[in-house]
Order: sequence, then C-alpha cells, then structure tokens
Amino acid sequence: MRYFLRRLMQGVFLLIGVSILTFLFSTLAPGNYFDEMRLNPQIAPETVAALRVQYQFDRPLPVRYGRWVNALLHGDMGFSFAYNSPVAPLLWVRARNTLLLTVTAMLIAWALALPLGIWSATTFGRLPDRAISGATAVLLVIPDLVLAIGVLILAVRSGWFPTGGMVSAALEGLTPVQKLRDLAWHMELPVLALVLSALPSLVRHVRAAVAEVLDAPFLRAAASHGIPRTRLLYRYALRAAANPLISLLGFSVGSLLSGSLLVEVVMSWPGLGPLLLEAILARDLFVVIGGVLCSTVFLVTGNFLADVLIYWADPRIRSGAPAR
Amino acid sequence: MIPPRGWKRWFVALVALHGIIGCAGFFAPYDPAEQDRERPYVPPMRIHMVDTAGHFHFRPFFYAVQLRAGSFDQFEERADQVLPLQFLVSGARYRLLGLVPSRLHFFGASGSRIYLLGSDAYGRDQLSRILLGGQISLLAGLLGAGLTLFLGVLIGAAAGFYGGWRDGLLMRVAELFVALPWLYLLLALRAFLPLSVSPLRAFFLIIVVVGAVGWARPARLVRGVVLSAKERDYVRAARGFGAKNNYLLQRHILPQTASVILTQAAILVPQFVLAEMTLSFLGLGVPEPVASWGSLLASLQQYSVLVSYWWMYMPALAIVPFFLGYLGLASALQEDAGAGKIEKVTSGGRW
Repeated sequence: MRYFLRRLMQGVFLLIGVSILTFLFSTLAPGNYFDEMRLNPQIAPETVAALRVQYQFDRPLPVRYGRWVNALLHGDMGFSFAYNSPVAPLLWVRARNTLLLTVTAMLIAWALALPLGIWSATTFGRLPDRAISGATAVLLVIPDLVLAIGVLILAVRSGWFPTGGMVSAALEGLTPVQKLRDLAWHMELPVLALVLSALPSLVRHVRAAVAEVLDAPFLRAAASHGIPRTRLLYRYALRAAANPLISLLGFSVGSLLSGSLLVEVVMSWPGLGPLLLEAILARDLFVVIGGVLCSTVFLVTGNFLADVLIYWADPRIRSGAPAR
Repeated sequence: MIPPRGWKRWFVALVALHGIIGCAGFFAPYDPAEQDRERPYVPPMRIHMVDTAGHFHFRPFFYAVQLRAGSFDQFEERADQVLPLQFLVSGARYRLLGLVPSRLHFFGASGSRIYLLGSDAYGRDQLSRILLGGQISLLAGLLGAGLTLFLGVLIGAAAGFYGGWRDGLLMRVAELFVALPWLYLLLALRAFLPLSVSPLRAFFLIIVVVGAVGWARPARLVRGVVLSAKERDYVRAARGFGAKNNYLLQRHILPQTASVILTQAAILVPQFVLAEMTLSFLGLGVPEPVASWGSLLASLQQYSVLVSYWWMYMPALAIVPFFLGYLGLASALQEDAGAGKIEKVTSGGRW
C-alpha cells in the first residue's frame, strides 16, 4: 500500500510541477496574455476586462496561481475564443480520440514487440536476430515525421485507405456495426504509423531484457524439468524480464503521445494534436494550457498503471525488497 | 543492428555530409529563393547523353522544358533547345560556409534553368532548396544541442557537486522535463512566444525553445558522473591540498564528463534537427521564403502536392543519411565508453 501511495504522490508532484510550469509560461511570456486578446477582434473588450478581474491580474503570482488551480479543480479550464465555448468539453472529445489512437497503437506495438524481441533474443547473433535487428535499425533511422508522411503517401498512392479524418462523410444512417467498421478503417493508417515509430525501440528493449535473463540458472533448471519451450519463454523468462519492460511501458506513453501529435496533424485525425496546433496559431492560449495538462494527466495515469503492473508482476516489489 | 565500426569512420562520414551542406551554395546550382513563375512543379529533368537525332554527346545535356500546349502543369522537353551541363560555372551570389562571398557553382547550364530534382510551386530549384535548407536545419540542431549541453553540464555539475537541497530541487525539475511528452512541451513553450517573427528571430527562437526543453537528460547524466568523480581519491587529495571548488571542477571533475557529453551530443543533434523540422513543418518554425527541411516538407500538407508531385518528397530522404551517421556515431561512442549495450543509445530515443 505504501508503494502505491508513494507512486501516486510522484504523479501528483508531476502534475503540480507541470501546472506551475505552464502557469509560469503563460504569465511570464513576453507579450502579456491579455494584451494579445485585446488585439483579437473576435474578443469583446468587456470579456477581456472580465477575465482580468476573474484571474486577478493585478495580484501577486502565488495568489493568481492559487486562483487558477482552484478554477481548474472546479472543472473550469478557461474559455476558447476560437471555438467560442468553454475549453473542458472541447478537450474531452479530442482527448478521447487521441486516447483511442494511442491505446490501440500501444497494444498492437507491444503485441508485436514481445514475440519479435523474444525471438530475436533466443536466436542471438543468428539469422532471425540479425534480420529483426536490421529492420529495427532501419526503422530507427527514419524520423517520426518522415515515417508519418511516408505512410500517408502510401495511402494516397494506393488508394486503399482513407487519407484523413476519423469518420466518413456519410456516417448518418449507418448501423452501429457499420459505424464501428468505418472507424476502424479510418484508424488503420494512423495506428500503422504510430506502431512503426514505436516498434523499434520496444523490440530492442525486449530483446535486451530477455537476453539478460535467458542465461539465468532457474531457466536452465526449468528447461531440464521438461517445461515446453513456449511456456518457458513466455511465462518464465518474460516474467523475470518484466520489470524493466513495464517501466518502459510507462515511459513509452510520453513518446507515444508526442508521436501521436505528429501523426494526428499529418493525417488530420481530430485528436489533441491538431487542436493544440490550431490553438497555437490562433493564440487560443487557454486551449494550449488545457492540452498540455491533459497530456500530462495521460502520462501520469500511464505511469501509475505501469507501477500497478510492476507490483503485480514482480514479487520483489510486493515484499518490499529493492528491485535491483 | 548498426555495426559499431569505431567512431572515427562515422565521424568522417558525418564531417563529409556536413561539409556538403556547409558548402551548399557551391553545390546548389541556383539561389534557393530565385523564382521562375513560368515553370512551377517541373518534374526532375532528365540527363541526356544521346540526342533526338541519335548522336552521342560526350558532355551530358538537358533539353529545356516548356508547358505543354493547353496544359497548366504538364511539361515537355523542347528538342530544339539543348542545355549542355557545365561544371564550375559562375552564377548567383552566395557565401561559402556563410563567410566567403563567391559566385562559383559546381554545375549549371546556360540558356535556361535546369531542375535536377524538379521545382516547387514558384519554380524554385528543389535541389538548391534542399541543400541550403539543410544549413538551417543542421545549424539549428547543432546550436540547439550546444545550448542544451551547456545548460545540462551547468545544471548537472551544480547539482552533483554541491548536493543537498540544490541537488534535490534541480533533479526534481529535471525529472519533470524528462517525463513530459517532449512535443507537447515544445509546442507549449513555442505557443507563448511571439508567432510571426522574422526568419532570423524565428531561427533563434527555435534554438532557445529546443535547448530549454532538452537540458534535463544530459543534466541527469552529468550529475551522475560528477557524483562519482568527486569521491575519487585524487579529487579528495587535491581538496586536501587546499584546491578550491572551481579548480576541482575544471581540472578534475568536468574532464570526467567528456565522454558522456560527446555521446549525448551525438544523440541530441539529430533529435534537435528533427525538432526544428517538426516545428517548421507545423508552421511554427522558420517561415517562408527561407527554406529548411521542415518547411520544405510542409508543402506536403496540401493534398494536391502529395498526390501529384513526388519530387516534393525528396527533403525527407535528405535527412536519413544524417540520422544514420549520428546513430552510428552514438552507438560507437557508447561502445568505446565501455557502457556496452548499444540498445541504451539507440532506444533512449526521443529524449
């Protein structure tokens, strides 16, 4: 229990840190926040004045920060001028779409990385290992941006995939099953791009972690007891190698979110990425802050889930002994 | 796996690649901003050795292109206008390595413009733009990495050397920066800075933003090295002889961090080049008419360009050799440093 509390505290600290950081960015940035708004013809001067009062722009920094956090905790993330609506519901829809994309991509990437990495580790230095390592090296050299564009080009040239968006134009009048299939069809391409960009580093980590435990005496003993190879690898070896891999799972959430931002923009997937970009270009700063905070919440949640998983998978942590 | 063949080979290859980009003005046949509105989206022109009459020419040549009658984007070769390929010709002004003014170009042709890699929407030479755009992207990456490493060493050394609450505070902040999704952080920082600025200011903005986002990882590594170095016997001995902190740091401790810093540099430069590309691609970086690899790729966001003009993809390919070079250098350096597993470098990946 103490373990979970400690981990939870870390997440909370991260969130507080990010909120301070974004708050400082937004107040200390050159070109005052509200000056910027005053120049925007879409915003009435009264609104700016009201916001000034609401956020107490003349009070000292800590007070303002307290106010801001208080508003956040009450679900008030500010107002989007470009969309003319409160930020929170706007973010919610987009965040759901981003989550749909990243979670799917993450599941697929891990489902591929585990067998590939294990296969590579068991054939260390031989042909399958070399082939897999070579392929991951090639993928590693291609930057995310180029990969996303490449996948898009593939889609455009072949015509097999839709080139953007999340749903077809003629969505009305479809049965729920058809809607689901339409969604899946639109997801294929962005998910492919994300999986390809996440896969190489995952495979390499799995390979390294599994290769490290393969020589362990307990595995030799288990093998000599006649435990079948697949069971040996996937149940015994993988479990022993799980600790660093699950930490990686937590870390990979961050890079996956970054990758997802790019893929979403390139493939016009209506997630947080395009929203954030449009908000930056329109100087819609409440949305920017909301988007960054939202991504941090994802990150903290991902890390916490990884901690729970480690707790479940690694008895050394449950007994309170330091794991390596 | 990238075979670690010793860092020297990778280093030489990288120097050669950077040399080409550094001398981009010489290798590029034209000024990257020079337009030819008569010839938008000319596909890459073909080099001929044999003319339409079947005669063989020792000097390769091009046929000038013109719009096909009744078309607005189809070009055809004019058999009557031969453009022989010439080497070391005089052309547009440029500055070699940004310093030496010159007019000498590696190749060119007189009469009409030649487009080895096609032209863009304004009839600008794509090859010249890729070469000179590389200067912006690479310089941003190099300077950004320099700034990051400077900050990283400063903060890491301070945290490791002085320890105590300073260490705790600095490392908590560093953890924050390491954990965050870097692209979101990059965009957030960029969001609060002025949007439309001159190319030069935009360039420096990018470097500052990228440096401010990336310092945490090198800082943590440097801190680790400093922590172990300051407990070494010779450092204690020097301290016993009355050496001051500054002397200890400069003379005994910071030199220990050299290999970590070098390896980090090899990892950071390509990532920062990519960061510049990403920002410019998203329209938050160096603006038109200045070319950078990112802004060149940005035209691919238009559907028509994506579908019809394949030579606009070329900037994407230009990056790959640089990434390969830096990745190889990083793993070779890591290998040399005795840190063993290549996996560490290659997958420590996206900051």
